[in-house]
Amino acid sequence: MLRFIVNRLLWMIPVLWLVGTVTFFLMHAAPGSPWDVRVGGKNISPELEKSFNRKYGLDKPLVVQYLIYWRNVLKLDFGQSYSNESQTVVQRIMAGFPYSARIGLYAWVMALVLGISLGIIAALKQNTWIDYVSLFFATVGYTIPSFVLGIFLLIIFAVKLGWVPVLFAGWKSYILPSVALGLSTAAFIARLTRASVLEIIRQDYIRTARAKGLPPRIINLRHIVRNALIPVVTISGPALASLITGTIIIENVFNVPGMGYLFIQSISARDYPVIMGTTLFYTFFIVIGNLLVDLTYGLVDPRIKTS
Amino acid sequence: MAEAADQITALREVSAVRPRGLWVDAWRRLKRNKMAIAGAIYILIMALIAIFADVLAPHNPNAIDPTAAPNTPPFWVAGHNPQYLLGTDSLARDELSRLIYGARVSLIVGFVPVFIVTAIGVTVGMTSGWLGGRADNIIMRIVDVVYAFPALLFYIVVQSAFRDSKIGDIFGGLLLLFIAFAITDWVSMARLVRGEVLRLKNREFVEAAKALGVPTRRILIRHILPNSLAPIIVSIAFGVPSYILAESSLSYLGLGVKPQTPTWGSMVYDSFPQVTYAPEFVLMPSILIALIMLAFTFLGDGLRDALDPYMGK
Repeated sequence: MLRFIVNRLLWMIPVLWLVGTVTFFLMHAAPGSPWDVRVGGKNISPELEKSFNRKYGLDKPLVVQYLIYWRNVLKLDFGQSYSNESQTVVQRIMAGFPYSARIGLYAWVMALVLGISLGIIAALKQNTWIDYVSLFFATVGYTIPSFVLGIFLLIIFAVKLGWVPVLFAGWKSYILPSVALGLSTAAFIARLTRASVLEIIRQDYIRTARAKGLPPRIINLRHIVRNALIPVVTISGPALASLITGTIIIENVFNVPGMGYLFIQSISARDYPVIMGTTLFYTFFIVIGNLLVDLTYGLVDPRIKTS
Repeated sequence: MAEAADQITALREVSAVRPRGLWVDAWRRLKRNKMAIAGAIYILIMALIAIFADVLAPHNPNAIDPTAAPNTPPFWVAGHNPQYLLGTDSLARDELSRLIYGARVSLIVGFVPVFIVTAIGVTVGMTSGWLGGRADNIIMRIVDVVYAFPALLFYIVVQSAFRDSKIGDIFGGLLLLFIAFAITDWVSMARLVRGEVLRLKNREFVEAAKALGVPTRRILIRHILPNSLAPIIVSIAFGVPSYILAESSLSYLGLGVKPQTPTWGSMVYDSFPQVTYAPEFVLMPSILIALIMLAFTFLGDGLRDALDPYMGK
């Protein structure tokens, strides 16, 4: 078990290195400089640009900058933000992280709870109207893009009904983004759970349990649900990853001051340190998330030995 | 007792319909799935609209009409302009024509990357699975690392880097998108195909072909590939909506195709500022996006159920 964890953690190093390298060179390939924003978008005078570049070491050759960046990273120094000089990259990320994390977490919990229960109910009541309605909702929820759903929800609940504020303020503002983000994952999980439960019900060991006279609830809980969850755990890795990156778009729709918003902002402002920082952070998060999922998989399915 | 009756009915069904090979059976099963057929028909209709866009669209989608007012409402709202059935957008371009041409671009965006990704993925997957050993190991390591790269972040960074350059201008920004998609997405197809090759590599028919002296390439193309088509087809069916979605999301962030190219996603982006007082312009392309994705999902589901030889046992 420990070896597995260490193996995966070591694996993270080349991944982060690749992501960082690709991002570094791509972002420097983008036209425009970080200083265009400073002077209100007008063309900056060459002397001013040169002095800014010198101050931040941008006048050095690209490869040198690349090496300097990684040397600093190894010292855990991710640099200062260009757009917001008073803050370091880490500070800006940490400022936005709680919002993104909350939305992601709520979305994930909702996706699991709603998806699994809907899937189980639909499967147990197969071919009844409950099943068809759930399937319908699941398919619709799965195919609507999250930002479309977000816009719809925003229009209905914030603009027309006024139940939640339009701009981001207070705890109520977490509801819509979480729902918009999590619903497609919930729908996916529901469909998957339903298919999985259906397959399990036909298995011989369930028939044995019924023949033994076990009360239905025990059968349901201990046998069916436990085995049905295995495929759900399997897809949890990519599902979590898509939720994490999905916050980027959702935060844009709902104006949430989170990490995704920061990422988009830093891209257009050419705030190189922040771009690098957020990208690395996202990747790190996704890798850790996948690791946790794989560990859970080992717990849920006793046939798998993670060593 | 009910079990016995079920089995008798199943037996009757099986004996009434003689299995005639994977494809014919699969086609028959697919035809019975009404939602999948509905999806396929919808896609066909959209494809026809896309192909005949020049004939169907009443106006040029990029023509800014100086005489018409921007944001004229569609025909069901008072104050509409009968010349522009679905109204005009914020730059006084005809909404209906843009939606029609949008079908063309959206479908292209859905299909082309899928074929590129399939071509790359199948090639790499087959090579890796067949060779095995060291080469397979190395290729799979590369696959793992590329797989770990968050795709959306990559698209965003690539788009922001090259959108305003020469590459970004080709096909109105589509080529750049295709390149970005291709670089990250070939991995899951490669994994899939490799799995299939591994599964089939040691079967007797492959052994027989090898014994007969059939060259490797022929074995791969004529024997292994046809037998692994099922998951590839399903992958394609689910891949198309994922690219439409990706393009819409990128356009929504303002990082998609160039402004002149009408896609449903960029129309959402353009109309978003007016969402509070003129939500129709956001809703119309959004609904179209949702419907085409729905159609592909139903079709993909149907294909997967039809091609799975273990269904309905």
